[in-house]
Amino acid sequence: MTTTNDTVNAGIAHGLYTEGEGLADTKAPEGPIAGKWTQRQFDAALVNPANRRKLDVIIVGTGLAGGSAAATLGEAGYNVKVFCFQDTPRRAHSIAAQGGINAAKNYKEDGDSVHRLFYDTVKGGDYRSRETNVYRLAEVSANIIDQCVAQGVPFAREYGGLLDNRSFGGVQVSRTFYARGQTGQQLLIGAYQALERQVAAGTVQQFTRHEMLELVVSDGRARGIVARDLVTGDIETHTADAVVLASGGYGNVFFLSTNAMGSNVTASWRAHRKGAYMANPCYTQIHPTCIPVSGEHQSKLTLMSESLRNDGRIWVPKDRDDCDKDPRQIPEEDRDYYLERIYPSFGNLVPRDIASRQAKNVCDEGRGVGPLVGDFRRGVYLDFTDAISRMGRAAVEAKYGNLFDMYERITGENPYEMPMRIYPAVHYVMGGLWVDYDLQSTIPGLFVTGEANFSDHGANRLGASALMQGLADGYFVLPNTIRDYLAKGPFEPLQPDDPAVADAQRSVEERTERLLAINGERSVDSFHRELGNIMWEYCGMERSEEGLLKAIDLIRGLREEFWRNVRVLGAADTLNQSLEKAGRVADFLELGELMCIDALHRRESCGGHFRAESQTEDGEALRHDDEFLYVAAWEFGGDEGEPGEVGQPVLHKEDLVYEAIELKQRSYK
Amino acid sequence: MNLTLKIWRQAGPRHRGELKTYKVSDISPDMSFLEMLDVLNEQLNAAGEEPVAFDSDCREGICGMCGLMISGHAHGPEKTTTCQLHMRSFSDGDVITVEPWRADAFPVIKDLVVDRGSFDRIIQAGGYVSVNTGAAPDAHATPVPKANADRAFVAAECIGCGACVAACPNASAMLFMGAKVTHLSELPQGQPERMARVVSMVEQHDEEGFGGCTNVGACSQACPKGIPQDVISTLNKDLRSALRA
Ligand SMILES: Cc1cc2nc3c(=O)[nH]c(=O)nc-3n(C[C@H](O)[C@H](O)[C@H](O)COP(=O)(O)OP(=O)(O)OC[C@H]3O[C@@H](n4cnc5c(N)ncnc54)[C@H](O)[C@@H]3O)c2cc1C
Ligand code: SF4
Ligand code: FES
Repeated sequence: MTTTNDTVNAGIAHGLYTEGEGLADTKAPEGPIAGKWTQRQFDAALVNPANRRKLDVIIVGTGLAGGSAAATLGEAGYNVKVFCFQDTPRRAHSIAAQGGINAAKNYKEDGDSVHRLFYDTVKGGDYRSRETNVYRLAEVSANIIDQCVAQGVPFAREYGGLLDNRSFGGVQVSRTFYARGQTGQQLLIGAYQALERQVAAGTVQQFTRHEMLELVVSDGRARGIVARDLVTGDIETHTADAVVLASGGYGNVFFLSTNAMGSNVTASWRAHRKGAYMANPCYTQIHPTCIPVSGEHQSKLTLMSESLRNDGRIWVPKDRDDCDKDPRQIPEEDRDYYLERIYPSFGNLVPRDIASRQAKNVCDEGRGVGPLVGDFRRGVYLDFTDAISRMGRAAVEAKYGNLFDMYERITGENPYEMPMRIYPAVHYVMGGLWVDYDLQSTIPGLFVTGEANFSDHGANRLGASALMQGLADGYFVLPNTIRDYLAKGPFEPLQPDDPAVADAQRSVEERTERLLAINGERSVDSFHRELGNIMWEYCGMERSEEGLLKAIDLIRGLREEFWRNVRVLGAADTLNQSLEKAGRVADFLELGELMCIDALHRRESCGGHFRAESQTEDGEALRHDDEFLYVAAWEFGGDEGEPGEVGQPVLHKEDLVYEAIELKQRSYK
Repeated sequence: MNLTLKIWRQAGPRHRGELKTYKVSDISPDMSFLEMLDVLNEQLNAAGEEPVAFDSDCREGICGMCGLMISGHAHGPEKTTTCQLHMRSFSDGDVITVEPWRADAFPVIKDLVVDRGSFDRIIQAGGYVSVNTGAAPDAHATPVPKANADRAFVAAECIGCGACVAACPNASAMLFMGAKVTHLSELPQGQPERMARVVSMVEQHDEEGFGGCTNVGACSQACPKGIPQDVISTLNKDLRSALRA
């Protein structure tokens, strides 16, 4: 096995980054882990109810993380402004979550507890998350369910009228609450309704079809945002005493993902450029059961619930010459049920990252199935023939009918008769802006919640725990920690001619004008697709030093071309969807490079990050706790003249300390 | 396949709009309707004409952002959202008309994009349970009979797309509003505000300029989530009780 030192140095030697001082969370109190959150809530300063309406809070995002925070801070009496780019808060990407939400209620008396949920989440994250934050997440999880039920969220119930649970994502207890396949929708509608109630009460002002394009930082504190009204094109500055980013994940850097079309990194990236560190940006979750790409015009990918792996069997032909045959004509002995072969004890139920990587491997060998996309077939069979003969078609239909229907609507193939085809797709990012125990970033007054922060899932996220985190952050954590900061306010009001405001506003205006003025040859989407291909090829399911170095070169070239050759038609003072996309893609082009640098420097395999150079003899992921037991928090390298030219980022390490849990290597053989 | 598209182009809220004709070729049946429009937009961009503005986000049929009148049908010929409509529902040589939702309460912003802010304001008028964060009892404190929970769920599936309004000859939002009223009326948590809620939501509905319901049923037909028409009966029943009280 190669040692890691030479490559850490190689990254530096290539002039890709420099290393700065370490950083640490200073907010989690001392003492046993189970008492920390109670202690912190006690220590955090209170704001007198009469003072709250004098304090302005901006929240960017109305998904589970932002919607819940806006409603709760409004109820508490703060003056809240909330922003989203959709036409109503209820359409945030959280709406699309299917499977469910975890909570340590132990309603099934099956041995669940706060400690077990905490343990499962840390282990699932492959020991790359911060213990204190995860413990608190498990601790507040039960309150979420109470709150949602009180709001009228129609969770699935049993005949006795009590809530039903299921087990999800390979854990041994049933702690997942769900609302058919629409859990995200129902939770979000609950938060949305609570938010609209506050809008009616006048505590929250909502700004829909508004996109944050810059953070205002004055005297070292986050004091507002610059946003574009997407309907009129007006560039507006909004000031406040604190800013919360709940702007979601950046999986769309890969162009194709299961994220909504509009999901983007701009809010986070603009804050990063103003001093907020970006943590573990390369940690990406690639979900194994998605509907494969059907052609060159594909705009997004659709997730099929992971529960399908409970009864479906995954295979590809043994012989690549069979790949274009009707699968029903391929005899049993010519099929390779590769997961069952490689992992006899877990079989088709291995964790998401492993199932995904093996699917890639068999397709790379030329044994993929389905249409040729480029030079390869990118799909594997998920076959229910055995399940149908074992359980009967009716039972399969009762269990998976809605998923089968969705599959048929999208592909035009009937999965009762023809094996489904699936392929992994980018689904979620564990990386995000660095936050401390209070969810405050490295910029005082800038808080980050939900998928936009990095805090709870380490290098891999367990199913049904993103919804839990979003609502934990928004309903229970942030409202209790932000007061410690707000108690220092209200801060001196910022005038429109204050240099911090004027500069931020001007930089947005200039960027907008610039994008419209280039008038080159290529569409925004063509750049986005090309970036996506680079990221998927070199920073996707398997990463290597050689590939990442190549990707960094390619991305730099593409970014340079973008600012010279993109074509954005239309005007600045009207609804202009190409302009919106252009701004997002410009930021993805910078983020993509940082993700590759992060992936390059982390010469170990952990969770969703698989480095070709760091594997066991039989090809499994190999962690290096001796060298990489830390969070990589990246400081922006600075602008260097022309747009898109950025300096070397600076790496700051936060050492991870495990006191309540013992470190172990995962094994699924 | 090759298609002729007649698309509503309107530069802004106060501009006059018109149908413009475009041709697209080599459209694969596996593409979604919106991917077909993406292809058209790439083509327009290359030719120097501004792309057609239309809304979409999840493209999975759940966020409610998309919504087009396709040859006179809200969300097109299938019972699904515009984003989940696939080109295999069309044939080579088809002429397809694409227009925005038409209703006074949904003014056009640009091309195929409309303003559905009126739906938010109906919810603000009472489409919620008044419970502050932290004030909730244990989730098992109040069992909910499964039949009520299930009907609440069916009503809560509404995605707020507005197809019901677009399909209704009166441009009424009774299906949308009935879905919310029914969702909350079926649950114990919704009871304390039940009467006040329905009155205030209906007032807001009328103020927004949505029309009255005359039981045509086009709403439910067009609804991609199959919200049943009987949610309107529940709304009417609650309204009668509230007004009598
Ligand atoms: C298909 C799918 C299924 C999933 N299923 C599950 C599941 O079963 N269980 C689970 O736990 N997790 C699931 N997840 C993950 C989970 O849904 C997300 O991680 C989570 O919902 C993110 O919530 P959020 O509030 O952080 O952000 P989002 O819901 O993404 O919200 C982001 C908000 O920020 C706004 N915004 C962003 N940028 C700007 C800007 N620049 N200016 C203004 N506004 C901005 C947007 O308008 C939006 O309101 C799933 C994800 C996908 C893709
Ligand atoms: S009732 Fe149906 S058609 Fe109307 S907004 Fe809801 S989902 Fe759309
Ligand atoms: S884009 Fe979300 S429902 Fe169509």
